[in-house]
Amino acid sequence: MSSQSQPLSPSFSRPFEHALLEVAARPFPWGPGALLVVAFGLLPWLADDYWLNAILIPFLVLSLAGLGLNLLTGYTGQTSVGSAGFMAVGAFATYAFLLRVPALPLPLALLAGGAIAAGAGFVFGIPSKRIKGFYLMVTTLAAQFFLEWVFTKFPWFYNHASSGTISAPRLEVFGHDISGPGGRYVLTLSVVALLTWIAHNLVRGQVGRNWTAIRDMDTAAAVIGIEVDRYKRLAFAVSSFYLGIAGALWTFAYLGTASASSFDINRSFQILFIIIIGGMGSIAGNFIGAAFISLLPLFLSQAGQALLGSSVDPGQIQNLQKIIFGALIIAFLIKEPEGLARMLRRFAARLAVWPLRF
Amino acid sequence: MNFFLETLIGGLLAGTMYSLVAIGFVLIYKASGVFNFAQGAMLLFAALNCVSLQEAGLPFPAAVLASVSIMIVLALAIERAVLRPLVGRSQITLFMATLGLSFIIEGLAQGLMGAEVRALDLGIEDVPITIGDIMVSQFDLFAAATAGILVLVLALLFNKTRIGVSLRAVADDTRAALSIGINLNRIWQIVWAVAGIVGLVAGLLWGARQGVQFALSLVVLKALPVLIIGGFTSIGGAIAGGLIVGAAENLAEVYAGPLLGGGITPWFAYFLALAFLYVRPAGLFGERAIERV
Repeated sequence: MSSQSQPLSPSFSRPFEHALLEVAARPFPWGPGALLVVAFGLLPWLADDYWLNAILIPFLVLSLAGLGLNLLTGYTGQTSVGSAGFMAVGAFATYAFLLRVPALPLPLALLAGGAIAAGAGFVFGIPSKRIKGFYLMVTTLAAQFFLEWVFTKFPWFYNHASSGTISAPRLEVFGHDISGPGGRYVLTLSVVALLTWIAHNLVRGQVGRNWTAIRDMDTAAAVIGIEVDRYKRLAFAVSSFYLGIAGALWTFAYLGTASASSFDINRSFQILFIIIIGGMGSIAGNFIGAAFISLLPLFLSQAGQALLGSSVDPGQIQNLQKIIFGALIIAFLIKEPEGLARMLRRFAARLAVWPLRF
Repeated sequence: MNFFLETLIGGLLAGTMYSLVAIGFVLIYKASGVFNFAQGAMLLFAALNCVSLQEAGLPFPAAVLASVSIMIVLALAIERAVLRPLVGRSQITLFMATLGLSFIIEGLAQGLMGAEVRALDLGIEDVPITIGDIMVSQFDLFAAATAGILVLVLALLFNKTRIGVSLRAVADDTRAALSIGINLNRIWQIVWAVAGIVGLVAGLLWGARQGVQFALSLVVLKALPVLIIGGFTSIGGAIAGGLIVGAAENLAEVYAGPLLGGGITPWFAYFLALAFLYVRPAGLFGERAIERV
């Protein structure tokens, strides 16, 4: 990125001030900055509890989960249909830390839960050494079913509760109670913003380049000296870390109470659809896809009620939703394989030259 | 010993039911390189069609014939609306398109024909009969025989007819097949229609077993390990894989299940498949892909 300003001597001899200057010389990211100001400064005051609870929090968590899967599928090219299994690991591990190590503050518990999920992802990523494509996808299905089974079968994970569910023992950060909708929203937003920033840098650095090379053709990547197996496992671990934290937030910040069935295979598909619709290999795409997926059902049920009256059978609306979802996915794959993110970029580019079209 | 044999045979026969689902996959994968996740939805759709028509008063053979023609129409529609615009795209893209397709078909099936569990009676009693001193389920025997006949018919279709030869040519090398004038779209239509009919047979058998309901579309998940073990490209592999998975699953549930707290069937087959993959990354009978840079 900054190669032209680097001296020919090895980069470690570069003074620290130079590095700081280089960072300062980068253009300020106005778009994301403005979004963050709105999300942190305005939305908690503007949005009512319903919006925070039912729309904004799940939207953010789903975006984070999409981001996790996108690192693995969109950037490294390893299709996974076991995302929800890793979310469950994060949720149950965070719960175990919160419950059994009461001294641990919530952010650290989240981090630890994510680390456990990363470990699980690493283990289930090991077969990627020998197995590719659809065959590997079945490995992730094995993870999905096995993990779901583990969290139903062994009562230790849900503290022997007869309902088989987990719920947050306490939600506080540095002594502040954050169990209200506003508090949970700010917690989710902070975690998502931080992790998004990290992912953004990760995919633009050496690791991300290696991942992309593996995605485009792993044999070729091996030929140019990339340690393919290691980077595939790394992708599994990092992706599961993100998914694990998303799972913990899904449980503690959104649902409140969850069980293994909150993380079934349909959740995995939902996350896969987010990245298909939003855009594979795009950071912003996860947010756009998640917004689409969380708003479409609301829109459809509203539209259904407005068009057909309130007497309409909710089961039929659900079927209609399924059909529309399926059709949209196919339409996206045909018309815009790079998703809504690409569509918006094209739109912006067209807008920039608007009156003077070529 | 008798108990062991009964468990084993019960498993093998149950495995043929898995094979039936897997065959539908193999057909489509061989001819078009599409990993058709919608096979389960097609199975549900076909069985629901048949049951609904029967409930509407049609005699069973007529209902089956009508369902067959509906599956053919469905195949034509899929080829036109989904496959043709996506020709030449990556396999993962096509797989995801079939995920969307499965949503559409499931939504349609349940929206048009209801979500409640329907009973389906094929006229075969599910009572065990004794052979020697081993008890075998009569229904399982019937299912196994059906699978056998189906494979025979498919083998004849593939090896003895003109269509079959062109199907194999497309599977072998799509471009070469195109260059000698084989109509690819027509081949896809035929393959998807045949897979739909196989789905109908599987759907009727599974439906008679556990009722025609939404859960039918989930047998697709049961068929995946079978497919992995046998390899995506071999019908014989689908049969062998089904038998292996069925037998191993039954034996594991009975002998290893109690040690692990039971209920291991949902994931056991997947781990078995994984073990096979470690040794043979393209399944037992699958073709190993050669990669060039």
